[in-house]
Amino acid sequence: MEVRVVNVRKEFERFPALHDVSLDIRSGELIALLGPSGSGKTTLLRLIAGLERPTKGAIFFGEEDASQKSIQERNVGFVFQHYALFRHMTVADNIGFGLKVRHGAARPPAQEIRRRALELLDLVQLSGLEKRYPAQLSGGQRQRVALARAMAIEPKVLLLDEPFGALDAQVRRELRRWLREIHDRTGHTTVFVTHDQEEALELADRVVVMSQGRIEQVGTADDIYDTPNSPFVYSFIGESSSLPVKVENGEVWIADRPIGLQAPHAPSGEAVLHFRPHDVDLVDGCSGCIAGTVAASRRVAGTRRVELEVGGERQRVEIELPVDHPAAQKSRVAFRPRRWKLFPAG
Amino acid sequence: MTTAPAHAGWRFRQPSVIPGFGLTLGFSLAYLTLIILIPLSGLIWRSAALGWTDFWALATDRRTLTALKISFGTAFIAAAVNVVFGTLVAWVLVRYRFPGRRIVDAMVDLPFALPTAVAGIALTTLYAPSGWLGKLLMPLGIKVAYTPLGIVVALVFIGLPFVVRTVQPIMEELDKEVEEAAATLGASRFQIITRVLLPGLAPAIVTGFSLAFARGVGEYGSVIFIAGNLPYKSEIAPLLIVIRLEEYNYPAATAIAAIMLGLSFAMLLVINLVQTWSRKRYG
Repeated sequence: MEVRVVNVRKEFERFPALHDVSLDIRSGELIALLGPSGSGKTTLLRLIAGLERPTKGAIFFGEEDASQKSIQERNVGFVFQHYALFRHMTVADNIGFGLKVRHGAARPPAQEIRRRALELLDLVQLSGLEKRYPAQLSGGQRQRVALARAMAIEPKVLLLDEPFGALDAQVRRELRRWLREIHDRTGHTTVFVTHDQEEALELADRVVVMSQGRIEQVGTADDIYDTPNSPFVYSFIGESSSLPVKVENGEVWIADRPIGLQAPHAPSGEAVLHFRPHDVDLVDGCSGCIAGTVAASRRVAGTRRVELEVGGERQRVEIELPVDHPAAQKSRVAFRPRRWKLFPAG
Repeated sequence: MTTAPAHAGWRFRQPSVIPGFGLTLGFSLAYLTLIILIPLSGLIWRSAALGWTDFWALATDRRTLTALKISFGTAFIAAAVNVVFGTLVAWVLVRYRFPGRRIVDAMVDLPFALPTAVAGIALTTLYAPSGWLGKLLMPLGIKVAYTPLGIVVALVFIGLPFVVRTVQPIMEELDKEVEEAAATLGASRFQIITRVLLPGLAPAIVTGFSLAFARGVGEYGSVIFIAGNLPYKSEIAPLLIVIRLEEYNYPAATAIAAIMLGLSFAMLLVINLVQTWSRKRYG
């Protein structure tokens, strides 16, 4: 099912949580809402589910306007960060709950419900645990049950709110791969919220980066990482370094010297240069480069991260070097970013 | 996941590294012995001195049996009534914000604090055939004061805070997300309450029930004013004990007391076992 969010605004007691957000989610897509806390990602997810009502705007499921429908009628599968399983029911009863509460002809016979529950339990790789209670399961197992429960009602769209947020790193990575497999097998349109960029970039077909109640950028992992369209996305996704610069006649300057980067289309004036710390070329001798004195040097896993003081105002900037690179021993290092982007200062 | 020890049974759990296990356990046992065990064993001791045949004769005396039936019966009904309305009161206090909520919240505790005799006299005045409420009920043929119904009314009054105060904190901890999950799965409001919320509250409700029930069985002060105390009709067991004491018939008094003790203990034990069982399952 295709989901369209059209000009949605949401206020909580006059405090705006979402400003005029629009988003098209394609049928069968696995899409991630990524952002820091308070960016409105969970609010957007809850609006799609119908757990909140938009102050303005509408949400369409296919051609239908879902914003007029109650939560019960929307037929969405929702998975919560803290599982929200029914403690007094067995795993099988939890999964069958959505079918059991249906009325009249829509309600399958008890045997069919049971068969379906066992089938889903098999899908989430928990066969044999149907008689357990949620308290007798580990966190990862509980979240699998929660997902099976959400899928039992054959939802139009599957919504997951930080589904792996409460689990430890090892289980997280494992479930991530597993969720991708399940998605590929079942083809549900799936939206999940996360603040973990690694999770979003690895798992999702497309990533929606949000900040302060607005969508900053929507795109594939490559789009988001390689061509961030705002300083926020640049600094939020992956490592980034930034330096205040000046643009004059299509050339980038730091303090009183050009650094060898051409920006023919950038307007003259103050700007901020963004680049990835690992995406730099070291150069010898400096005519047209960024040079700085080494202020600190740290070993981080397979690389060495060097902090440089640049320019007259001693701006600090970080670059990454191979561990055995001789430059790390020197007191002055010069480099030029390989890929970079200018944003207007502000 | 918890794994059961290979050979379960009675044994000490490994005490934690924080010291004080011996001291605190010793204190608890000594304290319980002093406050509860010694007085109660004195009771058993006295009734044991009675001899089995005498005890049996006293125990199966028709007046004793009716008094016990009335005591346990009215306490049971009152506790059941309190479970329904106490849970409702707790729900309103937890879920809704309205002016005067704190005052209502405080009012729930009044039956704890009020001398029970005062409550009994106030209720009798209200429900007597000439009283405010009694007058209204009279034409309907409902007599409250001086009947077992009056006892139930008094016990409902006394027992209410026990249910509200045990259910309220658990209700406050109910996870909003569980309700939301049920709603997204298509459950109506009514289904959410009956299938998700109430089963989750059941252990607390059972505790509230058992406390209100236990309190009702032992209640004396408020009941004797409203009950009318007619033997075989509205005479409660605690009153019968007092009557026997006033007749200097100590063996009879202790016998009734011992029976009450045995019955109460058995019922509370059953309730406790039910709870332990449910806690093990639901965690």
